[in-house]
Amino acid sequence: MIRIRGVRDLPREEYFAPGHGLCAGCTAGTIVRHLLKIAGRNTIVVNATSCVEVSTTMYPYTSWRVPWLHVAFENAAAAASGIETAIRVLARKGIIDPGRSVNIVVLAGDGGTYDIGLQSLSGMLERGHRVMYVLYDNEAYMNTGIQRSGSTPLHAWTTTTPLGKAMRGKIQPKKPIAEIVAAHRIPYVATANVAYPIDMDQKFSKGLSVEGPSFIHVLQPCPTGWRFDPRYGIKIGRLAVETAMWINWEMENGNFRVTTRVPKRKHVRHYLEAQGRFRGLTKEEIEEIQEYIDKEVERINKLVGEEVIGPRID
Amino acid sequence: MKSWRELPIGGIILEAGNSVKRRTGDWRVFKPIIDHDRCIRCLLCWIYCPDGAIRIVDGVYKTSDGKLWSLSFEIDYDYCKGCGISAEECPVKAIELVEEVR
Amino acid sequence: MQASVERVKTPYGIEQTRVLLNSNYTAAYAIRDVGVDVIAAYPITPQTGVVEKLAEFIASGELDAEMIHVESEHSALSAVIGASAAGARVFTATSSQGLEYMHEVLHIASGMRLPIVMAVATRALSAPINIWCDYTDLMNARDTSWITFIAYTAQEVYDSLIEAYIVSEDPEVMLPAMVAYDGFWMSHTYEPLYIPVDREIVRKIVPRRSRITLDPENPVTMGSIVGPDYYYEIKYQQVVAMEQAYRSVRNADRIIEDTFGRRYEPIEVYRVEDADIAILTYGGIYGTLLDAVDRMRERGIRVGAMRIRLWRPFPAEDLVSKARNISTLIVVDRAISFGASISGPVALETIAAFHRVGSSPDVISIVAGIGGRPVTERDFEGMVETVFKLGRRAREIGTLYWGVRG
Repeated sequence: MIRIRGVRDLPREEYFAPGHGLCAGCTAGTIVRHLLKIAGRNTIVVNATSCVEVSTTMYPYTSWRVPWLHVAFENAAAAASGIETAIRVLARKGIIDPGRSVNIVVLAGDGGTYDIGLQSLSGMLERGHRVMYVLYDNEAYMNTGIQRSGSTPLHAWTTTTPLGKAMRGKIQPKKPIAEIVAAHRIPYVATANVAYPIDMDQKFSKGLSVEGPSFIHVLQPCPTGWRFDPRYGIKIGRLAVETAMWINWEMENGNFRVTTRVPKRKHVRHYLEAQGRFRGLTKEEIEEIQEYIDKEVERINKLVGEEVIGPRID
Repeated sequence: MKSWRELPIGGIILEAGNSVKRRTGDWRVFKPIIDHDRCIRCLLCWIYCPDGAIRIVDGVYKTSDGKLWSLSFEIDYDYCKGCGISAEECPVKAIELVEEVR
Repeated sequence: MQASVERVKTPYGIEQTRVLLNSNYTAAYAIRDVGVDVIAAYPITPQTGVVEKLAEFIASGELDAEMIHVESEHSALSAVIGASAAGARVFTATSSQGLEYMHEVLHIASGMRLPIVMAVATRALSAPINIWCDYTDLMNARDTSWITFIAYTAQEVYDSLIEAYIVSEDPEVMLPAMVAYDGFWMSHTYEPLYIPVDREIVRKIVPRRSRITLDPENPVTMGSIVGPDYYYEIKYQQVVAMEQAYRSVRNADRIIEDTFGRRYEPIEVYRVEDADIAILTYGGIYGTLLDAVDRMRERGIRVGAMRIRLWRPFPAEDLVSKARNISTLIVVDRAISFGASISGPVALETIAAFHRVGSSPDVISIVAGIGGRPVTERDFEGMVETVFKLGRRAREIGTLYWGVRG
């Protein structure tokens, strides 16, 4: 396990090559760079169909400097289960070097995890495979053109949940995927945010070190789908935490802990107004979102037994 | 382009990281320029770049007012897409986005 | 294991033991003897016996492998794709709805050129839900670029699964392979067959080969997105591999013959040399057809039997050459291709095979045995009688749906 205390602990090697086709300012690129720095060269990546998958492997070019497999949209966890089992069996039989340990990492988007991929993910978790599942969440089916997914937040505009007279964006709240995963009682579950890279990297490192499945849910601001100038990707990630629209936590063997405290939090409108996908929301709708967040904060503070997310300053 | 006989089977790509042959720098409209004297070597631009287009360059750098650094940052303009994250996140505003004319 | 340990020395020197097994268990024995690393499967009637027996072998230590208890058939094939890509020798099995659920992954497995082997206990497709035998599930996988064997005896299931590994792992082929047999009629009924006493013999004829795998020492990208400028060439490679698969199957047939003394051909025939009319079919009912042919011959009808054993790649040349004396060829299909000009899938391929050479017997398409409806010797005799009665008109009808009430 690599110990990351600060930026200077990050390995310099880039296992993710430039020249990929991710949008300018796509924070998924940042996430993948970090993931591979932590995981290192002895890593096999299974990538579900997603923005990262198509943008980084447009034949005959690949950005991956580690072995990489894509099978389909909903089955990355199943394919990874197969790889994990194969390596164990082949090592036991001496067909591959039993001394070398290999990280197996699934990289999937929200579409391929919350919705179509939930079954194979659940199966992988239930069977206890030693695989780290990294969910990079841009809150819609971005690869196919910004359609709504189970991860899309309340009232967000997407191409299939427009904000109009008869329909006001997504009408359901965001599915609590990390909690669903935690309910499988795996050794390590965490939420992370690309704007808090040291916390995110520490979680990648922990996830790779456990004996069993781990799951890291990373918020990935998307300039194209969330409608903001590409330079603000990290800033918006930060606003998500500052408004408690996103909470960084981890659960290690059932022990729940919030890793990014927010002593004084901002009104959600700071986050919402920075993004075009929430443009046109009424005051009532913004307050509805604020109430939902307030309730979430109360619940989390109760769970921790301490006010880790503080009161609103506006 | 290669014939079916010349391609490896199954669409496999054998050359790791060969995307470096795609110079995505030509996407750029705005070009970030680092002011090496202002830069405090916090590493944040290198940390956040989605394309890995910022390189750490080891070597002594002396600023105009005599401060010594052991490393600097270099933007690889072959790949920089000009997203602006580095300019936005730099805590001392040492990166300026300049409109590029080509 | 119901074994009568009758040791039989083959003309070629190896000792085999005579056992009594159903085709499901036979498949498990073949996989045990080949020696796989990873199995992933999901239970569905009538395949269940395969994985149950394999689990027993793993539990007892007879088979050194791991079984991934996946949560669906889609995940079963996905898991073995992952395992195979990582270098393991793999196996899965399914039927009917399971084969449909993994359908998109069938294309992916062959497109990725992975040497995966699967057993299919054939079963009718929903709706309505029907757990009994017909070959609609297998026919639906026709275009998926899997090498496909259709067995008619348990012995053939054993031998064909070994061949499946030889052929799919052949570096000139590298395509997945499936071995199909009748659900229930074969999967659940017991037949005598011979398996080698010394399992090492099987391992020797299916040696492990090195190939490109997911290996941090040599990182490759598998499953990238391919655009219009390269996809066609990559798919054409599969076309070529399928053609090569025919030669590889014939080579595997020779290996089985040399090792076990049992001979197989892509198209097998019985009493066609002096026949004017022949019935071509596949799967377990071929055994019934052989008896029917003998009965008809006793009554003076010059009829012969043909069976298609290798379905993909389709052995058009073998078919044409073996049917050269036949003037009327009845093809009995156990699947319906709805809305097709000829609803019997094998009948359609048969007509295409003859079309290529320019001369053809009268090919009559008959559909029978749908949804587990039994096909007896009487049925075959009745089919021949009906075709005689219809004469020229038989061909014009298109497909005769044998035995449908009303």
